[in-house]
Amino acid sequence: MHIVVLVKPVPDPAAGGERLGPDGRLDRRATPAVVNANDEYALEAALKLVTAHGGEVTIVSMAPPTAPETMRKALAMGAQRGVLITDDALPGACTLSTARVLAGALKDLEFDLVLAGADTSDGGSGVVAPGIAALLGLPYLSYAARIEPSPDAGTVRVHRIAPAGFEVLEAPMPALVVCTQALGEPRYPSLKGIMAARSRELTTRGLADTGVPAAEAGGQAATTAVVGSAAPPPRPPTRVIRGSADEAAREVVDFLAQRRVI
Amino acid sequence: MPGAIWVHGETNAEGGLARISTEVATLGRALADAAGLDLVGVVIAADPGAAATELARFVPRVLAVTEPATADHAAASIVGQRLAALAQREQPRLVVTGAGPEGRDMAGVLSALLGWGVLANATAASWADGGPIVEMSVFGGKLNTTSAFTGQRGIVTVRPNVVTAEAAERPGQVEAATIEGELRLPLVKVVDRVEEAGAAAPIEEAKVIVAGGRGMGGAEGFKLVQELADQLGGAVGATRAAVDSGWINYSQQIGQTGKIVKPQLYLALGISGAIQHKVGMQTAESIVAVNRDADAPIAEYADLIVVGDLFEVVPALLAQLRARSA
Repeated sequence: MHIVVLVKPVPDPAAGGERLGPDGRLDRRATPAVVNANDEYALEAALKLVTAHGGEVTIVSMAPPTAPETMRKALAMGAQRGVLITDDALPGACTLSTARVLAGALKDLEFDLVLAGADTSDGGSGVVAPGIAALLGLPYLSYAARIEPSPDAGTVRVHRIAPAGFEVLEAPMPALVVCTQALGEPRYPSLKGIMAARSRELTTRGLADTGVPAAEAGGQAATTAVVGSAAPPPRPPTRVIRGSADEAAREVVDFLAQRRVI
Repeated sequence: MPGAIWVHGETNAEGGLARISTEVATLGRALADAAGLDLVGVVIAADPGAAATELARFVPRVLAVTEPATADHAAASIVGQRLAALAQREQPRLVVTGAGPEGRDMAGVLSALLGWGVLANATAASWADGGPIVEMSVFGGKLNTTSAFTGQRGIVTVRPNVVTAEAAERPGQVEAATIEGELRLPLVKVVDRVEEAGAAAPIEEAKVIVAGGRGMGGAEGFKLVQELADQLGGAVGATRAAVDSGWINYSQQIGQTGKIVKPQLYLALGISGAIQHKVGMQTAESIVAVNRDADAPIAEYADLIVVGDLFEVVPALLAQLRARSA
């Protein structure tokens, strides 16, 4: 099986310090980048699938030219190769541009499955993966808690998380599957993996290579723009309650009543 | 009808209108009033009648589109295709939908098919300079932004619990509408629907969430979380640590790789409140924490923190709440 995992380098949420530049775009140099946490679950799922069924994993990113550093971490987990789409025209790309560019990049790759994370910790729109599926005409199976391909039958089954349980979905491959944390914790790269990642193939391509016209992708073609931003109002100072359980409980009950929750 | 504002009505598991859609419709109506534009609701489902009737309590005109394929196939890409075809014919100005899993999936498909942009996870919206201005909370609540579309048309997804649903003064009309044409995107079969014991309403919609973390100590400890949630009429939430330990389902996880919630009350039990969790709940209206450690990160942003043993404090709290409601 050939599996492509969409991997996005995002500002490290734990480092803090994310900010917008004067142009209203995310300043990606302000904060160190990490692999988007939800994408790590997708990558882990892909690695388990190729262990079980054979095959290879390719990671694909649309990101600034500094991305290889972050992508190497994903390669160190066990992906065989990476493709980075980077271009001076792409900063400020909207979700639609991103879907078009990634769809364009996928056209040149062979795969049985494309796996993506549920959303990203920076943009968080959750609309790019369904957009890619629609652009490529791929079956779209989202919010997977389990992925069971049948390579011989050429189909894939997915347990999709639903409010009251799950739905079992089935579609022919190739297909695009959106992954969740329920698939299992991502592995830590081994020292051997880190060494191997250094020599793994990482191809860089530009917007023109994806076949998406410049007028349809990138900052100039963005369908949305940030027009203002402000820090949220600070939360009021915390009240600290100590004392007996009964006293503390009384304080909490009073607070809930005051806030009209009870 | 060209230039109208459309609100997308999602159906819930019972075939009625999803709660998020009542909030979406209320926000859509405020935008239409401010802009002086028509407001239209659209429900696309195998049996759209009940949801369309409910949506008509909020908007003056609802199009009910019968689409048999959604009965036993994943709905979002079917609904997205039908809505895209209808939008190409009727040329609305804006499509507003929910930012839950169904709304996101549908919005992504719709955006790709129409070539319209998406402003995602709106926390509020207004109308200015001839277009919508959409507020969002980004970077896990560290920054609030306002955004606009660069073109004439677009799609907005609305975060659950940021709008208080209010019916219109007068109920609207439901019209049956048809959309012709073949479904071009591949169908994804639903071969089974499995209900899990203890599964509840979507946690994003809960007004009260009682959440447990590592401090609950195990699945047994989570019974206490459930008891308090039941007493307060709320839902159970959890941290990643609790989910990874297998104490509770992933569907209840709040935080960076789980759900983002905005309840009236967030009661955090045995949760230290590190950044990965904080990003999922810090916009809750009130935050109450019970924790042994007065220096836990959550002490910096809770309204109230009880420093103590939750296995003593929570039973005391339960007893007082029960006495109060008796």
